[in-house]
Amino acid sequence: MDPVVRIRGLRFARAGKPILTDLDLTVARGSVTAILGPSGSGKTTLLHLISGLLRPQAGQVELMGHPFPRGRRALYQLRTRMGMLFQNSALLTDLSVFENVAYPLRAHTDLSESMIRKLVLLKLQSVGLRGARDLMPNQLSGGMARRVALARAMALDPSLLLYDEPFTGQDPISLGILVRLIRQLNDASRLTSILVSHDVRETLRIADYVYLLDQGKIVAQGTPAQLAAENKPWVQQFLQGLPDGPVHFHYPAPDLLTDLLEI
Amino acid sequence: MRRFLAQLGRRGIAFFARLGRRFLLLLHILAGSGELFRHFDQLIRQLHGIGVRSVAIVSLSGFFVGMVLSLQGYQVLTQFSAEESLGLLVAASLVRELGPVVTALLVAGRAGSALTAEIGLMKTTEQLAALEMMAVDPIRRVLVPRFFGGLLAMPLLAGLFSAFGLLGGYLVGVDLLGVDAGAFWGQMQQRIDCYADLCSGIFKSLIFGLVVIWIALFEGYDSRPTSEGVGRATTRTVVQSALAVLCLDFVLTALLLGV
Repeated sequence: MDPVVRIRGLRFARAGKPILTDLDLTVARGSVTAILGPSGSGKTTLLHLISGLLRPQAGQVELMGHPFPRGRRALYQLRTRMGMLFQNSALLTDLSVFENVAYPLRAHTDLSESMIRKLVLLKLQSVGLRGARDLMPNQLSGGMARRVALARAMALDPSLLLYDEPFTGQDPISLGILVRLIRQLNDASRLTSILVSHDVRETLRIADYVYLLDQGKIVAQGTPAQLAAENKPWVQQFLQGLPDGPVHFHYPAPDLLTDLLEI
Repeated sequence: MRRFLAQLGRRGIAFFARLGRRFLLLLHILAGSGELFRHFDQLIRQLHGIGVRSVAIVSLSGFFVGMVLSLQGYQVLTQFSAEESLGLLVAASLVRELGPVVTALLVAGRAGSALTAEIGLMKTTEQLAALEMMAVDPIRRVLVPRFFGGLLAMPLLAGLFSAFGLLGGYLVGVDLLGVDAGAFWGQMQQRIDCYADLCSGIFKSLIFGLVVIWIALFEGYDSRPTSEGVGRATTRTVVQSALAVLCLDFVLTALLLGV
């Protein structure tokens, strides 16, 4: 299928320490593609590279069939077709829920106030928070803030939505709502979604295709069913959340007895 | 020795890189000043946040500084039987030096540190990145109104400081120490020059405002997005602003006096 994101030979390092090495990745149009991996595996960095918040040191990132633009104006033009849900929700704390969702509309369109109002209310309705439009961000629960951020990310009807750890710190009800919303919005709005997470169960429920990332490299990829059948020990340890395996429970250390007897 | 030189070189490069980022940020802010006309409400909000909220501390400080000036000045002037010049001494000290300098130090401590913390927290909570992702330049949206709000607020606050200082000086000099009220105000009216005193004071406070707000915004924008990083940035804002204001005061005074 026609790829929305195509990454080839991507490399990124911070302070000389490699974060991502020779990474290849393709995201098909209309799919929910998940990037799973343990903390510190480079998932969020990868998402920031796809969104242009970071620049790769080597390799190519193609978005919607075009190489990533260099100039700020072209980049901003591209970003009006992208939305991103941040891990912290990142709502503007000095604006109400309504104004947060209206913000991209006001910044990029010349729509009348009544049209903006209608669009904002429809977006808030789609995440179930139309009634919370007058609240300020500090009056929202974590789950509500994330849904408002989702409505804001959807405000300009983007064709690509990026989710950074959307399930972290959510109670079971909020979690269920978010999982359902991500899939529903993707299908109803004909979006392409890229989801970065370490919540295996929730992610596999809605993902069409999954990349497993460890120490900056893709160690496995496929549909959730293909991954379940994968027999690499690391993949099984990660997917099943086993406490010991190729990733040891103990941090490397000398023998316990030697350590205890040492004066 | 080689390690020492390498470390020195690294620090030197880091220092100049930071200096470069500082100037680039200032250029970016100035280039985005047209944004103020689109978001005038933001400028008003920042004028309120930086200016109006500093009124109490600036006024009170000015009042006490004026009273102390009057007390100290009186002690010296009486030795030369020149206590009628007390008003002139208080006014000149306030308008030329203490108004702009102390106000800048107070604004750096109150509003500058708050600005750094606010911008740093916006960075930590990904609000600046969210603006970037909404194709909105965070420098224009967040930094430009704060910069010009601070720049405008500073001379107004310095004026307020001097006004309250004069009031404090008057209360102590005239009501407490018995200096003639006519002489107090008369000498001031005759000898305080519009250009040499008032304009130089306003010029100084504008420059101090620019420097203090620039430092505060840069430190917040360049801070590491952690609680420790924001804390350090806030401290740096206060220390750097205080040093910059005192150092610049000497340079500007020397220039204005033509030394």
